[in-house]
Amino acid sequence: MARTWTKLAAGVVAIAVAGVAVGIAVTKPQRQPADHWANLGAPDLANGEKVFWAGGCVSCHADPSAEGDALKIMSGGRALKTPFGTFHVPNISPDKHAGIGGWTLAQFGDAMTRGVGDDGEHLYPSFPYGSYARLTPKDINDLYSYLKTLPPSSNVALPHELSFPFNMRIALGGWKMLYLTDAPRVQLGSADEKVKRGQYLVEGPGHCGECHTPRDALGGFQKDKWLAGGPDPEGKGSIPNITPGSKKVGSWSEDDIANYLESGFTPDFDSVGGSMVDVQKNIAHLPKGDLQAIAAYLKSVPAR
Amino acid sequence: MKSKVVIAAAIALCLGAGVAGMASAAGEPQVVRQGLMKKVGGSLGALSAIAKGTKPYDAATVKASLSAISESAKAFPEQFPAGSETGFETSAAPAIWQNMADFKARAAKLGSDADAILASMPADQAGVAQAIEKLGADCSACHQTYRLKR
Repeated sequence: MARTWTKLAAGVVAIAVAGVAVGIAVTKPQRQPADHWANLGAPDLANGEKVFWAGGCVSCHADPSAEGDALKIMSGGRALKTPFGTFHVPNISPDKHAGIGGWTLAQFGDAMTRGVGDDGEHLYPSFPYGSYARLTPKDINDLYSYLKTLPPSSNVALPHELSFPFNMRIALGGWKMLYLTDAPRVQLGSADEKVKRGQYLVEGPGHCGECHTPRDALGGFQKDKWLAGGPDPEGKGSIPNITPGSKKVGSWSEDDIANYLESGFTPDFDSVGGSMVDVQKNIAHLPKGDLQAIAAYLKSVPAR
Repeated sequence: MKSKVVIAAAIALCLGAGVAGMASAAGEPQVVRQGLMKKVGGSLGALSAIAKGTKPYDAATVKASLSAISESAKAFPEQFPAGSETGFETSAAPAIWQNMADFKARAAKLGSDADAILASMPADQAGVAQAIEKLGADCSACHQTYRLKR
């Protein structure tokens, strides 16, 4: 009898170990195939700068007090306080030791689109690779090359301070299985080129949904509430609904939205506020056509 | 007959109280400061119409708008007494009361910037556009920290 129990217990343990092993194998960090980054040709630095501003790299990776040219020093160091703990934003300047100056295009691209770090580890989705996953290899290459032209910084950012179980990077594999996708966030009826460009900018580099879409208990987007806004996870107040169903933004015309992104003024001359101030300053660097494209897309998404 | 008078008097009293209630809401700092911001917004709107060329340049409009912004900015920081942190749909951030000196300095900067622009008086459409850029930066710099997202 005792032997039967021992066998059973051993069997249970074996199955559990096998389950964990399969779980880890299935959820291990997945890089892009190497040929994903092949044949991209010479980088277009002007386009790289556009992707840089659309992506809002500055908002997190520059020193919080930086202005003017200093905004382009990607020293990291800013602390992001979240319910999971404090994330310390890394240095992504071209410094060979403190920054990412030693990274290959594939390493950079895997971080951007697959959330995989240079040691092959899972990155936390506080870095919005869930949106950047939509970037084209060309845009990644142009951005990679543009970042290399920026001034290096020797600042060494602190490691993240997260509580258990959020400090277990291995668990991020499960999160990615649930939520990481490069599929469109919404299916649009319109095949208009302008709307498509807007979709790319909003869902990809602009990562607008990271704040404007409410999340579930595990930190994934609530799919049926794309861009519907909600309480501000950083503290008091709320983040506006920016779909056509919004009482406020829903009543704005395409021109109103484009003008807001360019000037920072709402149609009734209220000004941009909160963390949107930096977002607007970044996005205002884009050509007017791109701002119009963003506006056209926001007018096309389902009303929430 | 007498009861009719009583009813009429009661109605009159209620109406009076209602009006008095509205008057007191209008005097609340939360409501006053919202009104001041609306005035600044309206003035910027008038300037913007000129900057965009939808309205022709008009010196009187420019002067009146800049003066209204200057006056509103100066009256604004006085409307944040203790006890006005919440209520009347305010979107004032608690940070105002934690950094009152900085908050007041930012409001003062909007006022002095408006005064400086008034002193050199924008003479054309391009000048008005420059003025808006300068004043708009003051708006967003303050709203970044001191206004809650709503």
